[in-house]
Amino acid sequence: MSKMPPSYTSTTNACKLCKPLGASLAFRGIEGAVPFLHGSQGCATYMRRYIISHFNEPIDIASSSLGEKHAVYGGSANLKLGLNNVTKKYNPQLIGVATTCLTETIGDDVKRIISEYKAEFYNGEKPCKGEKSFELGKSFKLEKSEIDKVSKRDPYIISVSTPSYSGTHIEGFHAAIKAVVEQLTEPAGLINEIHASPDDIHTLEDTFPVTALTRESVNFMPGFVSAADLRYLKEVLTDFGISFTLFPDYSESLDGEALNDYPLIPSGGTPIENIKKMGWAKITIECGSTLPKESAGTALAQMYGTPLYRTSLPIGIRETDKLMDKLEEISKREIPARYRSARGRLVDAMVDGHKYLSGKRAIVYGEEDLVVGLTSFLAEIGIKPIICASGGKSGQLNQAIANVVEGLAPLPQVYEDVDFYDIEERAESLDIDILVGHSKGYAFSRKKGVPLIRVGFPIHDRIGGQRILHLGYHGAQMLFDAITNTIIAKKQDDSPIGYSYM
Amino acid sequence: MKAAAVLKERENQIHRKGKEPFSIECNKESLAGAVSQRACVFCGSRVVLYPIADALHLVHGPIGCAVYTWDIRGALSSGPELHRLSFSTDLQEMDVIFGGEKKLYNALVELIDRHSPKAAFVYSTCIVGIIGDDMGAVCNRVSKEKGIPVLPVMSEGFKGNKREGYQAACDAMFKLVGTGDTTAISPYSINILGDFNLAGEIWLIQEYFNKIGIEVVAKITGDGRVDDIRRAHGASLNVVQCSGATMELANMMKRDFGIPSVRVSYFGIEDMADALYDVAEFFKDPVIMDKAKSLVRSEIEKIMPELNKYKAALKGKKAAIYVGGAFKAFSLVKAFRTIGMDVVMVGSQTGTKEDYEELQEITDQGTIIVDDSNPLELSSFLKEKDVDVFVGGVKERPIAYKLGVAFCDHNHERKEMLAGFQGMLNFAKEVYTSVMSPVWKFVPRRIKRESEVGLVERINKGEKP
Ligand code: SF4
Ligand code: SF4
Repeated sequence: MSKMPPSYTSTTNACKLCKPLGASLAFRGIEGAVPFLHGSQGCATYMRRYIISHFNEPIDIASSSLGEKHAVYGGSANLKLGLNNVTKKYNPQLIGVATTCLTETIGDDVKRIISEYKAEFYNGEKPCKGEKSFELGKSFKLEKSEIDKVSKRDPYIISVSTPSYSGTHIEGFHAAIKAVVEQLTEPAGLINEIHASPDDIHTLEDTFPVTALTRESVNFMPGFVSAADLRYLKEVLTDFGISFTLFPDYSESLDGEALNDYPLIPSGGTPIENIKKMGWAKITIECGSTLPKESAGTALAQMYGTPLYRTSLPIGIRETDKLMDKLEEISKREIPARYRSARGRLVDAMVDGHKYLSGKRAIVYGEEDLVVGLTSFLAEIGIKPIICASGGKSGQLNQAIANVVEGLAPLPQVYEDVDFYDIEERAESLDIDILVGHSKGYAFSRKKGVPLIRVGFPIHDRIGGQRILHLGYHGAQMLFDAITNTIIAKKQDDSPIGYSYM
Repeated sequence: MKAAAVLKERENQIHRKGKEPFSIECNKESLAGAVSQRACVFCGSRVVLYPIADALHLVHGPIGCAVYTWDIRGALSSGPELHRLSFSTDLQEMDVIFGGEKKLYNALVELIDRHSPKAAFVYSTCIVGIIGDDMGAVCNRVSKEKGIPVLPVMSEGFKGNKREGYQAACDAMFKLVGTGDTTAISPYSINILGDFNLAGEIWLIQEYFNKIGIEVVAKITGDGRVDDIRRAHGASLNVVQCSGATMELANMMKRDFGIPSVRVSYFGIEDMADALYDVAEFFKDPVIMDKAKSLVRSEIEKIMPELNKYKAALKGKKAAIYVGGAFKAFSLVKAFRTIGMDVVMVGSQTGTKEDYEELQEITDQGTIIVDDSNPLELSSFLKEKDVDVFVGGVKERPIAYKLGVAFCDHNHERKEMLAGFQGMLNFAKEVYTSVMSPVWKFVPRRIKRESEVGLVERINKGEKP
C-alpha cells in the first residue's frame, strides 16, 4: 500500500512541466493554427526550445512579449499588437492564446481584450481555408496589396487560462482542447441551415468534405501521445471504416517531412471545419484514466448531448482490447485481421520472452495517464511495478493503478505530486531492475545503475522521441521488445563471460 | 528588397552590406507576436551563474522557469555538481495570493541543510516581481542563520532581455568579490571571465595561461567556485571573453578594486593567439611574451596540417551565423575565413550598435546583418543566400534541418569543445562532418537545384526542356 511521501517545501528536478507548454502542443495540433502565449518573451522561448529538443522540428510559439511597463499597467495593448502581427505575418486560420503565470497574476481579462480586438480589427471575412504557405525565394515577394488582402481574413481566436501555479502541462493540454471545443464547435442545426441555402452549396462542398457531413463521425481525443501514436490511431480508425475527428493531431505538424520551403505554419493538424462539427458526432472517445472531471468530452456531452466514452490509454493487451471492443461495437465490424494477428504475435512474443522478465522490478514515472498505461502493461508481462510516480496531482492515480494491477501484481507504492528527489529517496533502499519514463530520469538511472526505457515526453537525449509507438498491440510489441532486450543486454554486459547467445 | 518574411516594424533591424550607408536599429524590445529567438532576464542570469558548481541555485517562482533550465548546458565541473540540479519553490496558487516569502524561507533552509552549499543564489522570476516578495529580506535572514552568503538575483523576466540578466548576475556575484583572502596570489595573475567551461574549454584555456607563467585566480564562471570568486580581487588583470555577459563585473571590479581588464575571445586561431599576446603584453614581461609566442607557434603547427585538409574541402562554401551575443559572431566570421568559407549572413539576439558596426566592417559585400531575428526571417535568408552551413543554437537547428541545411551548434547546450587551438580544429571538423554528409543529396532543396542544373544543360545542348 502506498505511504505518503515526506513533504518537502522545495522542488528538486521536477517531474512535470508548466501549463502553457501543454496548451501550445494542443494548439499545434489544429490545422493552420499558431500557438500564442500572453506573457513575457522568456516563457515562449523556453518552451519552444524544450519542445524542439524532443521533436527536432521547428515550432513557432508567438508571445505578446510583455515588458516591465505592461506588467504594471496590463498587457492589453501588447496582446492586441501581437495578435495583429501574427495575423499579418502567418495568416493563420486560428490563434490559440494561452495565458502565463504573469498575465494571470496581473489579472489581464483576456476574453475581454480579445473581443475588443475583434471589434477593432475584424471586418467580417471568414478565415481563409487551407494553408497558403508563402513560397520562399521567388514567389515570396508578395505585393503589398496582396499582403493586405491576405491579412484581411479574420482568424479564429481561442483563449485558455493556463496559470502554471495550478496544474501541470497535462492540465494545460486538456484545458486547451476543452477551450477549443467550447469556443469553436457549432450546433448541427446551424450548419444544416447554411447547407440548405442553395447559393452556398458550392462553397460548402469545398469547405465540408461530404463524408464528414454524415452524423456517423467519431470524435477521438487520445490525450498527449506521441506523433507515431496519433498516426497509428488514424490507421486503426480507418481500418475499422470509421469516419473520425482525431483531435488534437500534431502527427504531421510536429513530425513533418523535409521541405524545400519553410512553411509559415507547418501542414497537418485537425481541420477546423471538423472540429466545428464535433458536437454532432455519434460518440466521443476520450483516453485517460485520470482525466479531469470537466473535459472536452464532457463539454461536448453537455453542449450537444454527444455520448462520451472514456477509456484508458490503449497501452498493453487489456486496455487495447477494451478499445478494440468498443470500435467493433461502433463500426459494427469485426476487428481487422491486421490487429487480430498483431495481438496474436504479441502474445507469442510475451511467451518467448517471459522468463527474462518474470519478477523484475520497475519504477514508472511521468504523466499520470501514461504511468497508468505502462504500469498496466508491465503487470501483464510479469514485471512488478514497485513505484508509480508523477508530478501531476489528479487525486486519481492510486485508484487507477489499483485497477490495472488487480489480479496481476501487488499494488505498488503510488505517488502524486512528487519530484525526482522524492522518487530517488523512496527508491533508495529498493532493488530495481528497470526505469520506465521520459529522459529526465536519466540522471537517476545513471546514479542507480539501472537501465532506462525511454517513453513519453520529453526525450531529450535520443532522437526520434516523437516516433516512439506506445499504443495498441503494435506499440505493446515494440515496448515489449525494447524492455526485454534492455534487460537481456544488461545481464549480458554485466556478465564476466559475455555469452553471445541467449 | 523587402521580403514578406520581414514585418515592417523590423525592417530597420536588418542591414545588407553595400547597399546603403550602414544603419541598424537594435537593443529594442522584441516585437509582440514576432516569435523572437530571445529569452528573458532570468535566462541571462541563469546562463551566467549556472556554472558555479558549489553554489545552490534556487529559482523562486512557478515550476516552468526552473524546469526548462534543468541540466541543459554543457558547463562542466571538476568537482561538485550542485549546479546540475534544478531547485524551485514551485509556487502554487495560494503562494501567489498570500505571498511566497515563507515558502522561500523554508525552501532555502531545507536545501542549504541538505546540500551544504558555499553560497546560494536566489533567482526572482516574473510573478515574484508582481506579488512583491521581499527577496532581499528573506535572503539576509537565511544568510545570518546559515552563515553563508545568500544572494538575491533580481532577474524578473519581463524587465528586459538577457543583457539585463547578465547585469543582475554580475550584481549578485560582485557581492562575493572582496570577501576572501588574497595572500599568496602571484603578481602574474588573472581572472578568466565570461567562459562557461562548455565541454571543458576553460581547462584548456587555463592550461595555456599556466604554460606561459600566469596564475588563474578565479574562473568566472566556468567550473566556478564561490571561494575563488571571493578572492578574485587579488588578481592583477581581468581577462573578459566576448559575450558581454560578465563585462559589467569587470567594470565594477575596476571601479572598486582598480583591476584593469582586457577583452578577448578564445575562438579561432587569430583571436586565441591575440588573447595570449594581449595578456602577455599587459604584464610587460619578455619571458611571458616569449612563452606565449612559442606556445602559439607550436599549437598552430600541431593543428595546421589537419586544418588545411578541411579548408581544401570547404573552400567557397557559404555560412550563416545567428548567435546570442555579437562578440561571438566576430570570432566566427574570422574562423570561417580561416577555413576558406564565406559568411553571407550574420546576426545576434542582443548586439549593440557598435557591435553591428564592427560586423559590417569585417564582413564582405552583400552580407546580411540582422538584430533579434525570428524563424521566418532566418529561413528566408538561408534560402536566399543558398547557405551551406548555419551556426546557431538549439532553437535555430530545426530551421536549418527542415530546409536541408547543415548545422553547427555554437551555444550553451553544445557538447563539443570549440575554444582554443584545438577547438578551432574541432570546429572545422564539425562543420566539415555536417556540410560533407551525403544526406544533403536527398533533401528537396538540392534535388530541386540539381534538376534545374540539368535543365540548363539540356537547354544549352539545344534540347527541349
Ligand atoms: S511556469 Fe509560468 S512563468 Fe514559468 S515558464 Fe511556465 S508559464 Fe512562464
Ligand atoms: S516567467 Fe519570466 S522569468 Fe520565468 S521564464 Fe517566463 S519570462 Fe522568464
